[in-house]
Amino acid sequence: MKRLLEILGDWWAGLVGSAGLPSWVTVLGEMVFAAILIGAFIAVLVLFLIWLTRKVSAHIQLRFGPMRVGWHGAVQTVADAFKLLQKEDTTPRVCDRPVFNVAPFLAFAPTVVAFVVIPFGDGVIVRDLNIGVLFLFAITTINVIAIISGGWASGSKYSLLGGFRSAAQLVSYEVPLVLSALGVIMLAGSMKMGAIVEAQSRVWFVAYQPLAFAVYVIAATAEVNRTPFDIPEAEQELVAGYNVEYSGMKFAMFFLAEFANMFLVSAIAATLFLGGWRGPWLPGELWFLIKSFAIVLLLMFFRWTYPRLRVDQLMSFAWKFLLPLAFVNLLATGLIIALG
Amino acid sequence: MTDWIYVGSFYAAAAVALLGAFGVLFLRNLFHAGLSLILSFFAVAALFVLLGAEFLAGVQVLIYVGAIAVLILFAVMLTQRLTSRHIKTYTRALVPAVLVALGLAGVAALVMLKLRLPAAAALPAASPLDELAELLLSTYLLPFEVISLLLLGALVGAIVLARKEERR
Repeated sequence: MKRLLEILGDWWAGLVGSAGLPSWVTVLGEMVFAAILIGAFIAVLVLFLIWLTRKVSAHIQLRFGPMRVGWHGAVQTVADAFKLLQKEDTTPRVCDRPVFNVAPFLAFAPTVVAFVVIPFGDGVIVRDLNIGVLFLFAITTINVIAIISGGWASGSKYSLLGGFRSAAQLVSYEVPLVLSALGVIMLAGSMKMGAIVEAQSRVWFVAYQPLAFAVYVIAATAEVNRTPFDIPEAEQELVAGYNVEYSGMKFAMFFLAEFANMFLVSAIAATLFLGGWRGPWLPGELWFLIKSFAIVLLLMFFRWTYPRLRVDQLMSFAWKFLLPLAFVNLLATGLIIALG
Repeated sequence: MTDWIYVGSFYAAAAVALLGAFGVLFLRNLFHAGLSLILSFFAVAALFVLLGAEFLAGVQVLIYVGAIAVLILFAVMLTQRLTSRHIKTYTRALVPAVLVALGLAGVAALVMLKLRLPAAAALPAASPLDELAELLLSTYLLPFEVISLLLLGALVGAIVLARKEERR
C-alpha cells in the first residue's frame, strides 16, 4: 500500500513537472486525491457499518435481520441508500432555512477532515501532523455545533430538546475523552499519530494505560450517542432527537456522519491504545481494520445489551466519576514517568 | 509553497475573520450571530496555522469553537422565547457604546504603533511543540501559574454565584 502510494505520488509529481506546472499543482492534486480516497472509504465503510449494526442487533435479539437483498442481506443498505436518494426533501415551514440547510454538511465535514490524520498503515496517512491528536479532538468538536444548529433550526420541540441533550452530553464527555488521551501522549512524548504508533512497537499502550483505555471507550461511546448514552435520540421520548425534521439526503448526511464517527472513535482507540497498524504477519492496513472493527463491535455490544441512563445519572457519571478517574490516571502516569 | 498563495490565504483568512466579527455585530438574530462568531474563530485559527503556530490553532478550535461558542449557543437557546426563531438583538445606549469602542480602538492603535515587536525568530524546524512546552515550564512558568490561578478563581467565583441562587 505504501509502495503503491509512493509510485502514484512520483508519477503525479513527474507528470506535473513535465507539463511545466508550478509545484503547488502537485500539492493540490494530492489533496484532491486524498479527499476522493477518504470519501470513497467513508461511503463504503458506512454502507458496511449500517448492515453490520442491523445484523449484530438482530442476532443479539435472536432475529435474522435483513436477509432478502443479496447474501444475508449484504446489499440491503445499498437499496436503502437508493431509496433515500429518491425521497422528497421536505423542509418545515417554521424552520430557519439557511441554518437548517447548512447543519447536515457541518455535521459531515469535520468527520471527513478528521480522517486526514488517521494512520491506516505504515505511511498510509494523508498528513502526519505535529498536533495530530489535538487536531482530531479539535475538529470533531464541530459536530456539536452542527447538532445544536440542526436541532434549533428545525423549529420543533423534539429536535430542540434532542439538540440540547446532545450538546450537554458531548461537551461533558469531551473532557474525560481528551484527558484519557493525554496519558498516551505523555507516554509517547508526541501528539503525532505516527510517533504514537511507533512508540507501541513493543508493548501496546493499553497495557500501561488500562484505566485510560476504559475511560476513553466509555467517553467515546457517549461521544457517538450510542446506548447507554443515547439520550439525545431516545426514541420513546423524542421520536428521533435533533434530526426529526430532516428527510432525504440531509437526513442521510447526519446518518453518514454518525456512523463514520463511530468508526473514527474506534480507529482512534485502536491507534492510541492497541498499537495502531502494527501486528505480525498480516499487512498493517488489515491489522488497523481488524483492531478498529473490534472496538466497533464492542460499541455495538454495548448498544444492544445495556439500558439507557437517565439525564442526571449521565451528567453526574461524567463529572463525578469519569473526570476524577481520568485525573488520577494522568497524575499516576506523570509520577511514574518522573520517577522511572 | 509559492509566496502569493501564502500571502493570499493570509489575507483571505483575515477577511473572513473580520466578516465573522461584523456578522456578530450586525446580525439581528442572536443564534446567527453566534454562528458568525464561530466563523470568526475559525478564521483566526487559520491565521495561526499560517503563522506557524499549529498548536495554538488546535487549541483555538478546541477551546473557542468547541467550548466557548457552544456555551454561547447554549445560552442563546436557553433564553425565554426558546422555540421562537425571532430571538432578536436590540441596539441600546448607542452613543456611550460607540465612545467606549472608539476609546478602546484608540488605545489599541497607540500600543500597536509604539510597540516594537522583535522580528520573529526562524521557526524551529524539528518540533515547535517541545519547545513550547519547555518554555512554558521554565521561562514563562510564573505567568503560566498566575493565569491558572486566575482561572481557578473565576471557576470558584462562578460556582459561588451559581450556588447563591440555589439557597434563596
